[in-house]
Amino acid sequence: MLTKSGAPITRTPTSSRSDPAAGTPRGAVELRGAGHSFGDLRALERIDLSVPAAGVLGIVGPSGCGKSTLLEVIAGLLEPSDGTVAIGIATAAEERLAHCALMPQRDLLLPWLSALDNAALAPSIAGASRADARERARPHFRRLGLGGFEATRPAELSGGMRQRVAFLRTLMAGKPVLLLDEPFASLDAITRAEMQAWLAGVLAGDEHAVVLVTHDVEEALYLSDRVAVMTPRPGRIAAMLEVPSPRRVDRAAAVTSPEFVALRERALRALAGEAR
Amino acid sequence: MSTRTRAGLAPAAVIVAALVVWELAARWDVLADLFSIKDFLVPAPSGIAEALWEDRELLADDAWVTLREVVLGFALAAALGVGFAICIHLSETARRALYPLLVASQTIPIIAIAPILIVWFGFGLGPKLAIIALICFFPITVNTLDGLRSVDPELVKMLRTLGADRMQILRRAELPSALPYAFSGAKVAVAVAVIGAVFGEWVGANEGLGHLMVTAQAQLLTARVFAAIVVLSVMAIALFGLLSLLERRVVSWREPR
Repeated sequence: MLTKSGAPITRTPTSSRSDPAAGTPRGAVELRGAGHSFGDLRALERIDLSVPAAGVLGIVGPSGCGKSTLLEVIAGLLEPSDGTVAIGIATAAEERLAHCALMPQRDLLLPWLSALDNAALAPSIAGASRADARERARPHFRRLGLGGFEATRPAELSGGMRQRVAFLRTLMAGKPVLLLDEPFASLDAITRAEMQAWLAGVLAGDEHAVVLVTHDVEEALYLSDRVAVMTPRPGRIAAMLEVPSPRRVDRAAAVTSPEFVALRERALRALAGEAR
Repeated sequence: MSTRTRAGLAPAAVIVAALVVWELAARWDVLADLFSIKDFLVPAPSGIAEALWEDRELLADDAWVTLREVVLGFALAAALGVGFAICIHLSETARRALYPLLVASQTIPIIAIAPILIVWFGFGLGPKLAIIALICFFPITVNTLDGLRSVDPELVKMLRTLGADRMQILRRAELPSALPYAFSGAKVAVAVAVIGAVFGEWVGANEGLGHLMVTAQAQLLTARVFAAIVVLSVMAIALFGLLSLLERRVVSWREPR
């Protein structure tokens, strides 16, 4: 068993694969002057970012500002056209890919697998037997509030439950870096608020370096230690905001506090191009 | 009455009405008079039913031969078609080399090459399997290929970050996604497979329903020809139904409609 129930999932190299994280104790993400172009289209321009291990960086910006491209560059699915991207000491795309787990905007659960088998996809891909992979996912299933839905097919789960399964699937990859691409964008406002409070609880005391991309300023400010505000064409960081006390248990109180409201105003002004 | 039963009622009524009209037209020699056909060449539905009963052993023996050809030919086409689709899907080189040949195979006039196949392979099972496989291969391959390509590119990216290699992406995402498409192709194929078998027997055979139809026609036993057609239709519908049933069991994640 990986952990006793209630403990956060730590980076656990899967048995059949050599541990790609060996020699990189922390999964700190570093971007130095990173840029990316699709042909003539300049998608990202001079991005400087750093996410410490156990840190959460939020990235907000309007649709089409290059947020998803930025995640793909970090993940090693794309190479930056210029600048450098490093995770720990890993700089090559394949190495970065071995350190990152990506949670896409749509849950992309496999409809032919049960919820538990979907969550256990990563250990299963790494070569664990079906029974073994399930046993590894099972305790986390309960911890994330999914107990009782192990055998349910994705089509029968609610939107919030599906996102939880998708998040657990990402977590089960055992990678030091989690890249969350608008994880709750497809949910209604009430469910989204619930899921944000839920994720805040999950991330508390968690060891992962997390990059959370969203177009919801409130979501970014509530969940992240720092928030980068991006503006489009080309995608650039317009402002970097420090969040004094992120992920408070009482979400409603947190997002209505005066300092949160002030931060939110700064973020919105930066998005509108009034960054000072 | 369930909606399903009610939905089946309308076509059943149409069929019964058509049979009644046909029966009366044949009895009163309407068709024979109208087109100046000899009346014994226009069998009534009752006559066909009679032929079905009287020739039941003959029909059963020949149906068994045809069924065997259809099932074997279809299985051959399914195995080749799915294999071919996977090769084309995995390799750009294979796609460029083989896809035009795949399309070209459909432009071959089966009618023209069937006699040649008989000359080459004789009156046995070989040419029938070749004809059936040639007909069935195309819908299965093209549909399976579409299915393999239907996978969401975002899903592939996600699987890659979970450590999946090319073959695992094929096994865990692309093949299951292609299954409903492959079944669609297979259902089209199995319906035409029966036509292919009869055609193969028509050109050269000493058994099978196609052969039975040729000999019955030569003897002016039109009721028997119709009886053979009924058996063939039932066979095609049964095979189609069997595949649909299998599809529902295998592709169980699809929401029921």
